[in-house]
Amino acid sequence: MTQVLSPADAVVDMVGVTMEFPGVMALDGVDFRMYPGEVHSLMGENGAGKSTLIKVLTGVYTATAGDMHLAGSKVSFSTPAQAQDAGISTVYQEVNLLPNLSVAENIMLGREPRRFGSLDWHAMRRRAAELLEGLNLDIDPGSLLGSHSIAIQQLVAIARAVDVNATVLILDEPTSSLDTDEVAELFRVIRTLKEQGCAILFVSHFLDQVYEIADRLTILRNGRLVGEYRTEEILKIDLVQKMIGKEMASFSELEQRHRESEEEIAGTGIPFLEAKGLGRRGAIRPVDFSIDEGEVVGLAGLLGSGRTEIARLLGGIDRADSGTSEVNGKAVKLTSPRKALSKRIAFASEDRRGEGIVGDLSVRDNIALALQIERGWYRPISPKRVTELAQHYIDALNIRPADPHALVRNLSGGNQQKVLLARWLAVAPRLLILDEPTRGIDIGAKAEIQKLVFNLAENGMSVLYISAELEEVLRLSHRVGVMRDRHMVSMVENDSLSVEDLLALIAEGSEDEDEKDVVA
Amino acid sequence: MSSTVMERLPANSATRGTLSAGRRIITSPKYAPVLVTLGLFIAMFVSGGVRYDNFWSPQVLLNLFVDNAYLIVLAVGMTFVILTGGIDLSVGSVIALSAMICAKLLEAGVPAAGVIAVTLIATSLLGLGMGLMIHVFKVQPFIATLAGMFLARGLCYVISEASISINDPFFVSMASTRIPLGGSASITISVIIALLVVAVAFYVLHYSRFGRTVYALGGSEQSGTLMGLPVGRTKVLVYVVSGLCSGISGVLYSFYTLSGYSLTAVGTELDAIAAVVIGGTLLTGGYGFVLGSALGVLVLGLIQTMISYEGTLSSWWTRIFIGGLLLVFIVLQKVLTRRRD
Amino acid sequence: MSAQLRNFTGSRVFWPVVILVGLIIVDVIAFPGFLDITVKEGHLFGAPIDILRNGAPTLLIAVGMTLVIATRGIDLSVGSIAAISGAVVSALLLNSPTPDNPWTVVQAVGIALILGFILGVWNGTLVAYLKIQPIIATLILMTAGRGVAMLITEGQILTLHSKPFEWFGSGFIAGFPVAVVIAAVVLILTMLVVRRSALGMFIESVGINPEASRQAGIRSRGLLLGIYAFCALLAALAGLIITSDQTAADANNTGLFIELDAILAVVIGGTSLMGGRFSLIGTLVGVLVIQTLVTTVYIVGIPPVATMVFKAIVVIAVSLLQSPTTNEKFANWRKDRRRPTPTKAIEPTREKVSA
Repeated sequence: MTQVLSPADAVVDMVGVTMEFPGVMALDGVDFRMYPGEVHSLMGENGAGKSTLIKVLTGVYTATAGDMHLAGSKVSFSTPAQAQDAGISTVYQEVNLLPNLSVAENIMLGREPRRFGSLDWHAMRRRAAELLEGLNLDIDPGSLLGSHSIAIQQLVAIARAVDVNATVLILDEPTSSLDTDEVAELFRVIRTLKEQGCAILFVSHFLDQVYEIADRLTILRNGRLVGEYRTEEILKIDLVQKMIGKEMASFSELEQRHRESEEEIAGTGIPFLEAKGLGRRGAIRPVDFSIDEGEVVGLAGLLGSGRTEIARLLGGIDRADSGTSEVNGKAVKLTSPRKALSKRIAFASEDRRGEGIVGDLSVRDNIALALQIERGWYRPISPKRVTELAQHYIDALNIRPADPHALVRNLSGGNQQKVLLARWLAVAPRLLILDEPTRGIDIGAKAEIQKLVFNLAENGMSVLYISAELEEVLRLSHRVGVMRDRHMVSMVENDSLSVEDLLALIAEGSEDEDEKDVVA
Repeated sequence: MSSTVMERLPANSATRGTLSAGRRIITSPKYAPVLVTLGLFIAMFVSGGVRYDNFWSPQVLLNLFVDNAYLIVLAVGMTFVILTGGIDLSVGSVIALSAMICAKLLEAGVPAAGVIAVTLIATSLLGLGMGLMIHVFKVQPFIATLAGMFLARGLCYVISEASISINDPFFVSMASTRIPLGGSASITISVIIALLVVAVAFYVLHYSRFGRTVYALGGSEQSGTLMGLPVGRTKVLVYVVSGLCSGISGVLYSFYTLSGYSLTAVGTELDAIAAVVIGGTLLTGGYGFVLGSALGVLVLGLIQTMISYEGTLSSWWTRIFIGGLLLVFIVLQKVLTRRRD
Repeated sequence: MSAQLRNFTGSRVFWPVVILVGLIIVDVIAFPGFLDITVKEGHLFGAPIDILRNGAPTLLIAVGMTLVIATRGIDLSVGSIAAISGAVVSALLLNSPTPDNPWTVVQAVGIALILGFILGVWNGTLVAYLKIQPIIATLILMTAGRGVAMLITEGQILTLHSKPFEWFGSGFIAGFPVAVVIAAVVLILTMLVVRRSALGMFIESVGINPEASRQAGIRSRGLLLGIYAFCALLAALAGLIITSDQTAADANNTGLFIELDAILAVVIGGTSLMGGRFSLIGTLVGVLVIQTLVTTVYIVGIPPVATMVFKAIVVIAVSLLQSPTTNEKFANWRKDRRRPTPTKAIEPTREKVSA
């Protein structure tokens, strides 16, 4: 059944694609091929260049260098509309359809059948029904799109893409909000499309799903091509290793200190927070979690594995559907950020633009924000003190420009991250939850931040540390929780764990697969 | 295996029973508000007939149309705008302006047909201006149409401070002609025009790409653009439509009052917005029907009628009832849209 | 250009101040004695004083409206609240056996203000707890409120004969009309409270990024409730001044369209309808622009009926000038004319790169 396909058969053939932005090389000489009737998965972590490559393919960007061939002929797109007309369709994570219109309209709008100048509803519904039937989908074309689950809406989006004569269908994180049955249905549709000769690009963080549906994988890292493999030819652990790779900076001093501290009791042994069965429908399956004073617990796993979700529950950002929590032995309901902060739990979001910075306010105001809120509006911190506070963190974290009055929205991403970190440090929490605190920060600052975390823990602060960089997690954590596909597969003591050990856990997980498949 | 999965999927297919289909319609954010309005209208009409004598006559019902024909047209235009998630505060002032333009031009001896044409073109141009401000310059609809309101009202004053009466035979005949509908019931020509406008609007909204793009704008402008719909053009055009409808409404209004007066129709935009909201259109856009808005106008008219029949209630209770009704409908819309998630 | 001057020309309040100065210049040309202020019996008179006095009620409402808009909200009901307030005070005074007793007046005023506050709590509850869009929530009170005011005055225009109450509209404090002093005091107090305490920062934070503010611990519901209540309170106060000035309560006309003038003043003053950073000084400038415009039209000899047209022109001009599209074109034009200045941080492109 596996025919040997040559590049000549490829429907999409991208060679030496380079995408350069001022100061940043997003893609560096990447080759990428898609074959008809095949499901191809693009793999890579944050910053790997996946979305950039897709944007070049779909005409959102025009490549700085390199060639692109579509079904043999050379093409170059300058607008998404051109790519669409050429037969490349994309279904995004956010579905991008109109929930207030019917399924038939969502499929047909823009190409509606007409009769005497007006919309022919009958024909529209008929054609939509045909399409849905062709994919074996039992959806009423006349029903309101918004009345269906995300899973169904996605399938409708696919039906629309198919009708536009897509030879290439790109599915961007299609399974993020689906449960197991819905994923199975999606995969059935994908297989039907495969049989019809469509080339499908399946982008997803869920390793198990990728292995189930994809025929071929392309791995990117730091904008470069690591390799193209047939799925059956590469082990999960090798895949994960190639995706994550190795870091360049050496942190031997920190590792040394860590080894030394390990000889002492990790943390104080006094539990600070204990959560049992904490879960939230659609986000994360019930998890048990505990952390002692002065302990650093790391969460490792791929993007989308549920690390952020559990952190948000612990930080009171989202409400849990199930489970209980105790702080210092007393039951608490972490139902709002304010409640969590009152229990001295601070949460630093990974989405600094949407949930972190108050862009039009200054650096000093952003830093002092949480502290000020704690004190109440009627007890303003004196301007002198605020500036001192801001200056302290500007120096400690090397925030540039070193101007407390600069507007945060004008700072670079890395510096914005530091401002946010300063905000949470300023409230002196007992548990600090850091979600990707070093993302987008230069190497020197990364080291500083990690040293900071280390010191904080030594002084009794508990830290929940989430990072995609496994070295960081290992360097700092006393224990590491491993997440995969929205549940915690294991929690291990960091007893001289190596990156390889961690990779293995992420890839294969513990053998607790007898736990029931709870519908998320 | 596939059959079990398919059964599991939300089966909104027509194969399910009509009972659950009925339940779905009643709770859907698309239909539910309008149905509630309809129910309310019927309930009010019935209770009115029970309480007052001579209420259940066809003429009472027809008078709702006769007295509010202009407001129906206005509400239709407003529906287009609100469906896209915008708002048009200028409509009341534009009514006054149209009536004033008509009166002034007729006074100068311009024939009726020309007068009406000029008026409609003027109001449509005003709508175009506001639409361009909103789309090209990204000015908030609230502010842009506020400027339109000031401009229209101001032009009214400039044209004439005092009231100008209309004596043109065409206009007069439009005002007084009654079309008998059997028995003692009759309607005016304005009613026919209003119903015609509703019919055309219905056709456009449901049978043209422009109409569907209007709904798309209210659903998600970004998605609409990605789907290749002419989103920018449509955004501007809805304000032109609103301007045109305000012009037509103004002409009908001048049939009704036979005068142009700069202080008239103050606050009428609020009546139009209230009618549209009560008629089931969500102010956030994307959901609503012109039939619902017309129904909303009738509900408002019915409130007024019932208050006048009541006799003892002063007429300003109307505003209080409308406010209360608005509250009920908005809470209802909130409840329904929350269920949708 | 010095840094301060550059700050000013770049700020959103620049054009409104330019327009204000322009209007004053036009006035002085048309009526050379425009800026003259005379003193009679220790009281100040003159065109500038009239502008201040006529603009006082609008300023009061605009101050409250500024804070509401800063939280991404809006309050359309202020005119109706002003009408209700005037109606309540008049009805109370007319039915009182001692309308000339200062204490009676204080009580009546107090009741009207408390009522205004309660109406504001109503608005705030709809917005903050029922999560209804502010424009709709306040539309309800705007519609029903006039009816309530009519009810209280029983459809009549109630004329007042209470000397102590008339003081609001025609009295003087330290030479200035009472209304002006009240408005100035409210403005200054509000500025002090929001800028000296952390309240201003909280309001801006909620308007700029509600989710980040929530995660930082702000209890936005209580905040919003307070803001809407404050705005309504000021509207009630404005209603008292208007009623006193006219020595009559006219439920139909008190505060008619004043919400529009207030919103305009806020927007002209540089506060964006999208919420976030606000400027009370800007609002003051906005009110002065509107009021001066009205006066200019009158002085220059344009029939007052054309006032609305000019208001429209100012609104259009200011919104076009503040439009992001204009700013983009202007920035590009500037870039082409001089050497490229250091652009913003690489932030935008970084966002594109993240997978």
